[in-house]
Amino acid sequence: MTQMPNGQSAQGKASSVPPVVIDGVSKIYRLRGRGSGTFTAVDNVSFTIPPGSAIGLVGASGSGKSTLAKMITGSERPTSGSIKFGDLAVENLSSSELRKYHGRAQMVFQDPYAALNPLHTVAYTVTRPLQNFLGMSAAQARDRVLELLETVGLTPPSQYAGKLPHQLSGGQRQRVVIARALACDPELVVADEPVSMLDVSLRAGVLKLLADLRAKRGLSLLYITHDLLGARVISDEILVLHQGKVVEQGPTKYVLQHPKHEYTMQLLDAVATPFAAVSAGPNH
Amino acid sequence: MTLLDVKGVNVVYEPSRGTRIWSVRDVDVELKQGEFAGLVGESGCGKSTLGFALTRMLRAPARLENGVIRFDGVDVASLTGEALRRQRRNGFAIVLQSGMNALNPVRNVEHHFGDILKAHVRSGEHYPAAAVRRRGAELLGKVGLEAGVLGKFPFELSGGMRQRVSIAMALALEPRMIVFDEPTTALDVIVQKAVMKTIQDLQRDNQFSAILISHDLGIVLEATNRVMVMYAGRIVEDQPSKELVGGLHHPYTEALLRCYADPRAEEIHLAGIPGTPPDLSLPQSGCSFAPRCPLVQDICWKVDPPLAPLGHGLAACHVRAPSDKVPGAKAVAAKVAASKVAAT
Repeated sequence: MTQMPNGQSAQGKASSVPPVVIDGVSKIYRLRGRGSGTFTAVDNVSFTIPPGSAIGLVGASGSGKSTLAKMITGSERPTSGSIKFGDLAVENLSSSELRKYHGRAQMVFQDPYAALNPLHTVAYTVTRPLQNFLGMSAAQARDRVLELLETVGLTPPSQYAGKLPHQLSGGQRQRVVIARALACDPELVVADEPVSMLDVSLRAGVLKLLADLRAKRGLSLLYITHDLLGARVISDEILVLHQGKVVEQGPTKYVLQHPKHEYTMQLLDAVATPFAAVSAGPNH
Repeated sequence: MTLLDVKGVNVVYEPSRGTRIWSVRDVDVELKQGEFAGLVGESGCGKSTLGFALTRMLRAPARLENGVIRFDGVDVASLTGEALRRQRRNGFAIVLQSGMNALNPVRNVEHHFGDILKAHVRSGEHYPAAAVRRRGAELLGKVGLEAGVLGKFPFELSGGMRQRVSIAMALALEPRMIVFDEPTTALDVIVQKAVMKTIQDLQRDNQFSAILISHDLGIVLEATNRVMVMYAGRIVEDQPSKELVGGLHHPYTEALLRCYADPRAEEIHLAGIPGTPPDLSLPQSGCSFAPRCPLVQDICWKVDPPLAPLGHGLAACHVRAPSDKVPGAKAVAAKVAASKVAAT
């Protein structure tokens, strides 16, 4: 059995959450086939996620942001550099240590349609991490599942527990994915474009949920996106990744109001003009 | 000149077992030659189903229940088989949401153009390979791709390039109307911007009528002249795009607008839209938006509001756009307005 806290002491754990220190991390893929060369997906990236903070990692497709996420959650190993989660060297974890680590660092995936097993009920999906990481019995887990569903706004929880993914909307599915990530009471959540597959009308709700959970539980959040509005709402600090390198970094509002790098400006330029014209949002 | 005139279209999904779902309910649309209209709404509101109905792409279990779809004077709703196929030439085309995945993975791009061009040759005509190449290169040029793409296979192209190829394919038969069903949803924001620019340029240069279906009001407002907002299978607002930001609108439109803000703004409050859309397998009584509406009145639960004049367009709302056809609606609207004044 693992030595994790039993999930009851969710509040006020910010003090125990360790910082994540990413130091000079690179990932170089060797290309196969003709003209075998290399591809540098992440190039000498360094930053820190202070305990309880939310960092926005912004970049286009292919900028290396998902590769970075995978390295931070331990599913890829960096070619060079180090990733420290407190005293833990994430890049060197053995598979059994990695399993333990996943009880502390969880991921929310982009596609809620693909991230849930279509044959498993909501309750089963959320029960698994409780059993695997916290060693709960099925009976113990039952109440906790309902609590988690309530936390992510699937109310009344008893109505959702028995449902299969196909009976839920995209926003509801993403909430299940978030409930699953929260089940083992993680200290770090890496959310990889959690709202990009959702309708704009549902995005605000999921973003709000992530922000609330972070504030209430004191967990650290790495929020990966290409949507600057989401990054602005969620994160204290923003990193702009371009071709594997950090090209801009700073407090979110400041970076967005004073962009330096051309790529950041392009991203800002992609904001729909009707809303860019009224800078404080539509007049309501 | 009116190119498309749609009256009373209803689409129902009728699975062999399970419940029927009324996906599109009593929709009227009129589209002028060269007009670029947007169709926005949440997932499941019936916007894609309507787009499919207009281009006669519905397949079982979906069925066009009733309604007239007059395209350039011809009721295409009643066309079948060969007559429908002929109508597609110089008629209408659709660019699909997953258009980027709609290409055959084991055929090169040239083959895709050949398929379309050869399938629609008039009897006695012949489309030689050289002509396919020439026309293919010309079409690729229109969407900003080089002729060299003709020889490529889909896996050799990026998502944005694949979507451009499917737009080029839609242009192949010189349609007078193109329905774009979420053409950029799966793309990166910057690529999305570039593809939308291409669509706008093509529409302006070729003057075809277009309907842009999207859940993203921002994209629609930027590209189109006119926006139709759809909710629970009905069009609830129809306004010129430039009139939509600001002013009073259908409460659902207003809620959609509150989902946007400029990330550079000093303060940001994103509201989202609480609640969920109604279950369309159940009969709807009153206004479908009533359970989520901040302005809801007694009348809203009883009478489904018809489209009535609001601002520069139409809206279906007892409070914002009371209709003469609904007895008592004007009085309710006046009461709400009065209470607002009293509150301020």
